[in-house]
Amino acid sequence: MTVNDFVIKFANVNGSGSASANALFAKAIFRMGVPVAPKNIFPSNIQGLPTWFECRVNGKGHLGRRDGINIMVAMNPQSWDDDVKAILPGGYLLYDSTFIREIERDDIKTIGVPLTQLCNERFTIPRERQLFKNVAYVGALTALLDMDFEVVKGMIAEQFRGKDKLIAPNVDALELGRNYALKYFDCPLDTKVASSNAVGDQILIEGNAAAGLGCVFAGATVAAWYPITPSTSVAEAFEGYCHKLRIDEETGRKKFAVVQAEDELSAIGMVIGANWNGARAFTATSGPGISLMSEFLGLAYFAEVPAVLFNIQRGGPSTGMPTRTQQSDITACAYASHGDTKHVLIFPSDPSECFDFAIEAFDLAERLQTPIIIMSDLDLGMNEWTTKPLKIDEDRGFDRGKVLDAKQLDEVEQFGRYLDVDGDGIPYRTYPGTHPEKGAFFTRGTSHNEFAGYTEDGSVNVRVMERLVHKFNTAKELVPGPVFGQDCQTSTLGLIYFGTTASSVPEAMEMLNERGIKIDTMRIRSFPFSAEVESFIDSHEKVFLVEQNRDAQLRSLLVNECEIDPARIVPVLNYDGFPITAKCIMDLVCKGLGEAESNVEAGTVAAE
Amino acid sequence: MSYITKPKFHHPKLPRNDLGLTRRDYEGAMSTLCAGCGHDSVSAAIVEACFELNLPAHKLAKMSGIGCSSKTPTYFLSKSHGFNSVHGRMPSVATGANLANNELKYIGVSGDGDTASIGFGQFAHAVRRQVDMLYIVENNGTYGLTKGQFSATNDRVSLGRKGQKNAFEAIDLAAMAIQLGASFVGRGFSGDKEQLVPMIKAALSHKGFAFIDVISPCVTFNNHNGSTKSFEFFRDNERSITATDYIAPKETITADYKEGSMIDVTLHDSSRVRLRKLDANYNPSDPAAALQHIMKHQALGEVATGLLYLDVEDTELKERMDMVEVPLNSLGVKELRPDLTALEKINSSLR
Repeated sequence: MTVNDFVIKFANVNGSGSASANALFAKAIFRMGVPVAPKNIFPSNIQGLPTWFECRVNGKGHLGRRDGINIMVAMNPQSWDDDVKAILPGGYLLYDSTFIREIERDDIKTIGVPLTQLCNERFTIPRERQLFKNVAYVGALTALLDMDFEVVKGMIAEQFRGKDKLIAPNVDALELGRNYALKYFDCPLDTKVASSNAVGDQILIEGNAAAGLGCVFAGATVAAWYPITPSTSVAEAFEGYCHKLRIDEETGRKKFAVVQAEDELSAIGMVIGANWNGARAFTATSGPGISLMSEFLGLAYFAEVPAVLFNIQRGGPSTGMPTRTQQSDITACAYASHGDTKHVLIFPSDPSECFDFAIEAFDLAERLQTPIIIMSDLDLGMNEWTTKPLKIDEDRGFDRGKVLDAKQLDEVEQFGRYLDVDGDGIPYRTYPGTHPEKGAFFTRGTSHNEFAGYTEDGSVNVRVMERLVHKFNTAKELVPGPVFGQDCQTSTLGLIYFGTTASSVPEAMEMLNERGIKIDTMRIRSFPFSAEVESFIDSHEKVFLVEQNRDAQLRSLLVNECEIDPARIVPVLNYDGFPITAKCIMDLVCKGLGEAESNVEAGTVAAE
Repeated sequence: MSYITKPKFHHPKLPRNDLGLTRRDYEGAMSTLCAGCGHDSVSAAIVEACFELNLPAHKLAKMSGIGCSSKTPTYFLSKSHGFNSVHGRMPSVATGANLANNELKYIGVSGDGDTASIGFGQFAHAVRRQVDMLYIVENNGTYGLTKGQFSATNDRVSLGRKGQKNAFEAIDLAAMAIQLGASFVGRGFSGDKEQLVPMIKAALSHKGFAFIDVISPCVTFNNHNGSTKSFEFFRDNERSITATDYIAPKETITADYKEGSMIDVTLHDSSRVRLRKLDANYNPSDPAAALQHIMKHQALGEVATGLLYLDVEDTELKERMDMVEVPLNSLGVKELRPDLTALEKINSSLR
């Protein structure tokens, strides 16, 4: 009997109403206290194409993607053959037995539930017949996996609160499937779910929702964006939470502005205009949007205007795989725009960090007077994650950075917008409208002197460019530093990772440990890299770097910025659009160490 | 171009406005444009308008894109913040600035390349959103900084300096602005201060998107025979529909006009524009009539000028977005950060 350790996959047709039933299933497991990682694998399409919902259930909290399916709920004839093939030997196939299907595998167990027939008999409205098939297979699974039925029923009641008429037929559909399974199969199967307290006080939330909420708590007032998968839900979450939390009680009017811009260029332009004028403003986009925003990012870098940008990365290049995940915009973002430009990047690895880093990003943007790019990805942004509850320090204010008000302007002898008064490379700025006589300046993307005046004097330009480097060095001490694994500094081997690969790395380290391979780990959380990052690399003979792109982009950045011998960093890469698995990391690390391939491949997943 | 630093001293008896400021207080750095450039006259008209309106310069922001026209904000209102953004993208920066603080006045200065070509999309959407600003296009039909290529506002019949023919139709920005929903649309001429200054004053008193297409000849690249954007051509072919007077809130004008020959429109700050109609049948609050008027003159090879369209009832961006009265940039932690119990509630709802 396997308890709380399996991968279940639902193969559906998109637009058929399966999403809410599948989410109900995942949430029910979470409610039973068992860590769960649901992932939508969806097409760039509205209706009619195959879509999958993959759900890893793991009592130990290993929630990275894992290859091999233990239970397949195959509801889509279009993808049937491949879906059946994906099941691990000994696994289960749950399907709609109303239709006769040929199943050519004898190493799996089949569970036929006549879902269409059951729903057609019970319900009369065609749309209900269609939708309730999904609820009915969830009902069947509650019996097959021994799930707490009261929890599931309770969730239905919660979901339809206020639309109470819908509760009874939904519960009815659940019971249709459940009772059929109880009657015709030995329940539970030898894979099951058991209530646990492994979830603790964690929550289940999408990264984009946490990021949008973070912007509310960060005091963002202006959001300008252009719809693009997979970033759209950041702006939508911000707006949704603002409607609940940011309406002026007296007047009922909004203490925020959300503009759906005409394109990404305009979106970032509005963000720069608003930040220039002293409002905290952000945009959210994905790869193609980054390309479009690049010119403006260069302006914000050079004219030193704060901006916050969420890049929810998807598969590139070009339009690429809009509904798949990657970490392939590192170079494009770090050096976005022509000329010598560099940008601060922050890499969240779970929704809780999306929330924290959203708050951090606005402080950093204003402290450093430059764009801050938060590098999330589709996997993190659009899937629900089991994550720490969202928290903010009660005493935490806004760090508005170096901004002079009218009184301070009266006190300074001479205001120069780009004067490095404090020696940290960060100058002082003023908002328009502050003082009738002093503090006005001309913001420009042309070369300028310390007083914001246009100049074609090359030596002045060199001075300004060097101060910008100095400012970037100051940033190293302000951005979130790296996080080290607990066994740090005990091995000659090191492994660096960042962002969402964090969901697979600890499991991979465990697997490697079992083979007697000990590796120190470091999770990078931002660019520019702090001194700690360099010393970690320096103190290990060989360092692996896990990335989800083809060209090992973070490796290039490390080699380039820290002047590291490229031979010392071995890339561990995955860029097929699916989140990297622990096994993939382990295999590639072993390969990098010269371990025998056969040893590596020995059915690690199936044997688990 | 001039290359000396502008002296700061001025005659002690220069006239002062209600704020005690002279015209010199509204000027900027020395212009670096070609001698005789129409754009410098537009800058002078802006200075004059702001002086006469008694505007505190620091409560105004100057926005621009890239090009000769976009350089001009350096040459007026040195006590205002300015933002020289990227080519064709001034509208979005101005929109963001406006969302952050709607209490400032915004003057956007752009050119025909900046607005009618690379920035056509952003222009259209700023108009459509009714961003509360004055948007001036200094229109000369040519790309000056890159040495005289045709722009998208160059008339099809208008020849290049070396007699080159223009194969494509011109974009009429005033007509576009009316179609896209601007609530104040005028056309002026850099060489006609009498017409331009009151129009700028009225536009700065208007709430909503005010657009003025100013024909501003390029003396270096587009002022030759055969050009329809030359001083000479414009003087011969301009057809003004209205003569505009600006009447400050408490001012009274006693001159008599023939019945039906003028309209007074009260603006948002209770000042008025008086339109002396040169065509008795013209109705400036009818967008279809305004478009017809523009096109009628176009067909005759003429250019319709004056305040072409005005709607004081229309709402602007902030109102349409239902935002609070106070500027968003004035709100602090107390007003913006929700209670921590709200966060706890959200956490609970996600379990």
